[in-house]
Amino acid sequence: MESRARSGTRLTGSLSFRLGVALAVVLAIGGVAVSLAAYAYGRSAAQNSYDRLLVGAANQIAGSLRLRGGEIMVDIPVSAFDLLSLAPRDRVVYAVFDDRGQLITGYDAVAPPDGDDEFFGGSFAGEPVRYAHVRRLISERSFLGAVDVVVGQTIEARRDLAQQVTRNALVAVAAAGLVISGLAFLAVNSALRPLRRLERDVAARSSRDLTPVDVEVPQEIASLVAALNRFIGRIDRQLRIMRTLIADASHQLRTPIAALRAQAELAREAPDAEEMRRIVERIHDRSRNLSQLTDQLLNHAMIIHRADSVELTSVDLRVVASEAVAQFDQTLTGAELEVRMDLPEEPMICDGDALSLVEACKNLINNAVAYGKPPITVFVEDAGATFRLGVRDRGDGMAEEMWADAGSRFAKRSGVSSTSAGLGLSIVSAVAQAHRGRMKIRRPADDRFEVFVELPKVSEVEA
Amino acid sequence: MKPIGLLLAMMLAGAAVAQPAPEAVKSYGPDDAGRRLLVRGTTDIARFETVMDLFASRRGDTRIDYEQWGSNDLFEVTVADCREGVEAADMVISSAVDLQFKLANDGCARAHRSAATARLPQVANWRDEVFGITRELAVIVYNRRLIDDAEVPRSRFDLIDLLRPDDSRFRGRVATYDIEASGLGYLFAFADAQQATTFGSLIEAFGRSGAVATCCSAEIIDGVADGTYLIAYNVLGSYALARAERNPDIVAVAPDDYTLVLARAALIPRLAAEPDLAGAFLDFLLSEAGRSALRSAQLIVSTEEGGPEYLRLPDTAETSFRPIALTPSLLVGLDRHKRRDFIALWRSTFPNEGGAGVTPE
Repeated sequence: MESRARSGTRLTGSLSFRLGVALAVVLAIGGVAVSLAAYAYGRSAAQNSYDRLLVGAANQIAGSLRLRGGEIMVDIPVSAFDLLSLAPRDRVVYAVFDDRGQLITGYDAVAPPDGDDEFFGGSFAGEPVRYAHVRRLISERSFLGAVDVVVGQTIEARRDLAQQVTRNALVAVAAAGLVISGLAFLAVNSALRPLRRLERDVAARSSRDLTPVDVEVPQEIASLVAALNRFIGRIDRQLRIMRTLIADASHQLRTPIAALRAQAELAREAPDAEEMRRIVERIHDRSRNLSQLTDQLLNHAMIIHRADSVELTSVDLRVVASEAVAQFDQTLTGAELEVRMDLPEEPMICDGDALSLVEACKNLINNAVAYGKPPITVFVEDAGATFRLGVRDRGDGMAEEMWADAGSRFAKRSGVSSTSAGLGLSIVSAVAQAHRGRMKIRRPADDRFEVFVELPKVSEVEA
Repeated sequence: MKPIGLLLAMMLAGAAVAQPAPEAVKSYGPDDAGRRLLVRGTTDIARFETVMDLFASRRGDTRIDYEQWGSNDLFEVTVADCREGVEAADMVISSAVDLQFKLANDGCARAHRSAATARLPQVANWRDEVFGITRELAVIVYNRRLIDDAEVPRSRFDLIDLLRPDDSRFRGRVATYDIEASGLGYLFAFADAQQATTFGSLIEAFGRSGAVATCCSAEIIDGVADGTYLIAYNVLGSYALARAERNPDIVAVAPDDYTLVLARAALIPRLAAEPDLAGAFLDFLLSEAGRSALRSAQLIVSTEEGGPEYLRLPDTAETSFRPIALTPSLLVGLDRHKRRDFIALWRSTFPNEGGAGVTPE
């Protein structure tokens, strides 16, 4: 996977294709739903409208009933059948029954209705028929009872109308689908346009241009651009670290190595063994200093690299302080120096990289050992919005006019010493910045000097 | 079956027949033809034979047996065949389109679809089962020797006016179909009753003036030709025009107020033995060749080019023609009660006329 990722782009399908598929699924589901609804609607609409015709015809026939000599007379109006002719292809069947269920007139193929149902199904001439039933109560001296009028029609017109409604709905759905697809195509195109702009901008860059991308993009892509810019920034910083490291190394190491070589040449020319031993002693001293210097240079580079690349985790600053003191103690051979600790009772948790913090703390201790006066105390304290992790001693500290500059590289009070590259405080400052904090220097009393980092607390809400 | 020529079954007026039977039978095409088509119709053989001859000669291997029936009998026999599942006629053609419609409505017809049937207007094609194949007018017929131009009734109002005076010479000399005996007469009278309020005045005028209700197109036109009747009302135009071709005294008038237009209805019975052949015959009837044969037999009257000179067309032809459409409304006139009432009304108008027995039209 990794190699493939590095070798090129991994394609997960075109966005347009995915959108198209999603759209097609939505349209298909919607289309089926609308079609089913349209069919149901069409059926009920057709049923209702043609049922009305049937009832209308039946009512007209029922309204034409007369009594003559105690006998029911049916005088079917032609208009009743004109109404039924509105279903132009459907067979018509009708019957009128008296109160005893005897056929008065009409088709004997129709069975007398056995309930009060207004509509019922049946068949006639081998085809399904929908019947409407209207009952008229007659209360006359000569006839007292109910007359049932049944009018039926085959269902071709209903079926046609239902199909027509469904078909029209389908045509409308298809048209809407086409329009939606067209609009979606345009929308996708216009949505992807900023991406193309971004692509052009990135492609047009020179290989040395590591400035942030500055393209107008919509909100949705802004985070992508921000991530890209962070990425570019990281590359930029790391490149700078590399350059710094190389510059530092060449600047710092050249002189001591040249000195070493000079000493070694002297040793080669040394007249006697005594002289030779003295020179070797010096070579040893110098190479130890050189190794310290190399350590510091590499540490500095590592710390700055870590600041960019390592995830911050919850760190207890008291643990950091103890660890720094313990590591410092290990580097000492003798017990000539004691480093005290001034730690609070409760945990001092902040987001940080324990390794770089320990390194910073060790640098502060080294600094105090080199330039301050004992007793040297490592302290951690709660300063309201921030935590402080630092070292204090009893010396005069550095001159106040140098404080502002103290965090930058090689801002040594007097050039580069043989044992230190003057990188100590610069490492501390870099670590503080990587933790969104600051390095601070102060002199609370005449015989006190403090250098510490101020780190933001983990916000209560987030924690 | 040998060609029997023209066989007139109707020998005696009012002869009761126990079994419905054709009035005449004739065959067309070769005797030994491979396919036979049995057509039953109400149309006079003389009117219809050109068409059948033409069809038989075009097909070659087809023989048509034509049976001429009275409209009511034809209906009875077709219904009976349909009910009993008897394989009978391959095509039934009747001028009693209401009965034809009922046959189709009751499921006794089978559908036939073709380019020709699709071209038919909706009034002449119901369910692709009943088809209107002709175009015939219900006309007033008079004898030009006996009535001068000024007196000619151009509309029903004119006819009522002619009958109104107590001393009118038209009293007792106007004839129309007896609707009890003639299915076509009933259909026309019932359609008249639907069309206009003039029907009431007209039938009243008929009653007061002692008009004659009698049977049969041929008989009525004979009466007009020989002067027995001065005017005949609601005569089927095809017969009148055919007679007018031979007898220049006969003139037909398509009434101004409205003129009923009848399309003889053809259907293929559900149990036809040769439905495809019947369909081909139907398509032929609707084809240009068939239509022109029907036109020469006066079964299709063209009113667009002014018509023949012995047919007087209304001035406003467009609005005057009322086709009797193939719609369910035709069933109303066949309703038991409706028919009883309508005939009772008719009988009260013509108290002295009895049914005239078996009738061709």
